[in-house]
Amino acid sequence: MLEFILFSCINSLLYGLLLFMLSSGLTLIFGLMNVLNFAHASFFMLGAYFAYEISTYIGFWPALVFAPLGVGVVGIFIERYGLRSVHKYGHVAELLFTFGVFYVIDELVILIWGRNPVPYEVPGGLDFTLLTIMNTNFSAYRAFMLLISVAMFAVLFFVITRSRLGLIIQAALTHPETVGALGHNVPSVFMYVFGGGAALAGLAGVIGGNYLITEPAMAQNLGPIVFVVVVVGGMGSLTGAFVASLLIAALQTFAVGMEVSLSDLLALWDVYIPEASGIIEDLLRIQVSHTRGMLPYLFMVLMLVFKPKGLMGTREE
Amino acid sequence: MKNTGTSAIHPAVVKTALFLTAAVIIFLLPQVFRSRFAQSILNQMGIAVIFALSYNMLLGQGGMLSFGHAVFYGLGGFMAVHGLNMVNNGVVPIPTELIPLVGGAFSCIFGLLFGLISTRRAAIPFALITLGIGELIASSALILPSFFGGEEGVSADRWTGVTLSGLDFGRGSEVYLLIAGWMFVSVIIMYLLTRTPLGRMANAVRDNPERALFIGYSPHMVRTIQFTLSAFFAGIAGGLFAINYEILTAHTVGMIPSAEVLMMTYIGGVGHFFGPILGAVLITFLQLFLANITHAWLLYFGLLFIGMVLWAPSGISGLIMLHEPAWKAGLFKKLLPSYAKAFVPGFVLFLGIMVFVEINYHLSLSTDPQSPMSLFGLGFKAQSPLPWIASIVLMILGVLFFRKAMTGVREAWDEITRLMRKGKADG
Repeated sequence: MLEFILFSCINSLLYGLLLFMLSSGLTLIFGLMNVLNFAHASFFMLGAYFAYEISTYIGFWPALVFAPLGVGVVGIFIERYGLRSVHKYGHVAELLFTFGVFYVIDELVILIWGRNPVPYEVPGGLDFTLLTIMNTNFSAYRAFMLLISVAMFAVLFFVITRSRLGLIIQAALTHPETVGALGHNVPSVFMYVFGGGAALAGLAGVIGGNYLITEPAMAQNLGPIVFVVVVVGGMGSLTGAFVASLLIAALQTFAVGMEVSLSDLLALWDVYIPEASGIIEDLLRIQVSHTRGMLPYLFMVLMLVFKPKGLMGTREE
Repeated sequence: MKNTGTSAIHPAVVKTALFLTAAVIIFLLPQVFRSRFAQSILNQMGIAVIFALSYNMLLGQGGMLSFGHAVFYGLGGFMAVHGLNMVNNGVVPIPTELIPLVGGAFSCIFGLLFGLISTRRAAIPFALITLGIGELIASSALILPSFFGGEEGVSADRWTGVTLSGLDFGRGSEVYLLIAGWMFVSVIIMYLLTRTPLGRMANAVRDNPERALFIGYSPHMVRTIQFTLSAFFAGIAGGLFAINYEILTAHTVGMIPSAEVLMMTYIGGVGHFFGPILGAVLITFLQLFLANITHAWLLYFGLLFIGMVLWAPSGISGLIMLHEPAWKAGLFKKLLPSYAKAFVPGFVLFLGIMVFVEINYHLSLSTDPQSPMSLFGLGFKAQSPLPWIASIVLMILGVLFFRKAMTGVREAWDEITRLMRKGKADG
């Protein structure tokens, strides 16, 4: 039991930080530009594929630097030549545009790398067991992932709260017109934030791609979850995204390990439903672990219905 | 003035005549296209038309961008399959012709339920709730096998023996008649709905919810009713899907059909009633036709969608209707030369993109990339540099000359706008 809790905690921390790396960019972009970027998880996928491609030529370490940069450039390009021109048609058009980008990137990845997963693997230097606690191995690569995530969080936090650029971004979050009037080029701030957010998602892809599987479906699998994080945390709030990432990760990780069903629960009170059939039987048989996939969405829908601002958000729309 | 002749006829007469002609054509189509393939395309088109129009009740008429409309399509379909099975087991005698209503009614209930919780606000919160509900239903499809049938889905036999018309729906052409009939009725009802106070209020709520609230209509209620009705028609489409294919899988409630109906509707154009019909017919046709020819169909589809969002946000129907004033003023032919000039480089650009995409697909997806591929009867190896260079040159040339030609188009438009203004001033 202790082992289960300990390892679920470590796994949810790992997963949560990965989610935060993805959602921080998304929530910043949303806060700044009011654009809900549907294609954000596609940047994550591109990061993984770029890293795979680069690492086959010059190794993993250069890929760790160049792949996120490449994704950032793609992001800047998409903002400059696509998103900026649909801006005049309103938020729904922007959402539709990023949705189209998501769709096309999916297909482009299939076009270039094929439908099957690519063998993007953990670098040899980190492919060993760091420590063993109670019969469970903890690999060096996981430690490395934790390290990168924490470092990224620290850097992001420092940039946003301490640097001049961060001050401009923070000001543009709430008062874009005033920031523009003070002589800052707000559209170019938008562009770099979009690129930066894409690069962060790309970085998550570089370190997550070999930990998970690098395949064309990875954007589709992770994309909606990232939305959940941003909504639950409160759109535009970085701290909220951080809390929500860990929360959603814990929710999913702990749910996997629980094999309790409704009928087990009822049995505690000596309630048995012997002749259940159809939907009732299904409902009684569902274990908590089966609901892993749907729990975040349930959470998101409830959040949007009852507390649309999210945990730490300040605005509703 | 030239256009006095056409405006003498009352628009309602024109519209009724249009509907009647459409009806005659729809019912004669299977006599012209007799092959099995054409038959299945027609059936799928009919279903897609209802589905896309029901989607446009949200996006176009109500301003609600939904990412989970297939939930109602799928739920209606599953209920219809269960309905067919119940008829076959002798539980209830529902004639096959009315099975789509079972799906519609079932979706209607869920539409009301989900509508109440999701339509308090439109735009992004609404889009997110529908996305969430879509993912919820899609993932619950796998853990509730008694309704969704698990991995293999639920199947039924449409040949129940209980019918109103005497048709037993053994053949595809008889199913077509059923689909066409339901399509016709649904299109008319959905069209008439846009003329009711509800339809008008949905437009008002889309354009300015605050003002709608001030004149005494709750935007939440208006959206909920619109959402419920839209779910009803999606359920009808799902029910027809069930009768047509006799099987439903969890795939039908998933993200992919939701995305498809969104793109179909948008490409057709959300601003005009007939837009989604165009989109549904065109996309279904391309889907079935191009999927046989190229693996890259989804990529072209996505590119078309992005192009529409960027350059023609009013869709195909919007592009057509843009020309209405010019047509009425008799100035349409003045635009044609500039269009012809833009068409050539546009086609060259398309050709370049296509060759490029197809070479890449051959390299990454075909079983043997070394084997020669063929495009338009030309055989070549994907590894040789010539096709690569050719495609890139085509793309560059296409872009350069297309931009130039577009200035010509703009000039032609400026010219006829000037002429039309002048015409108005003179008249």
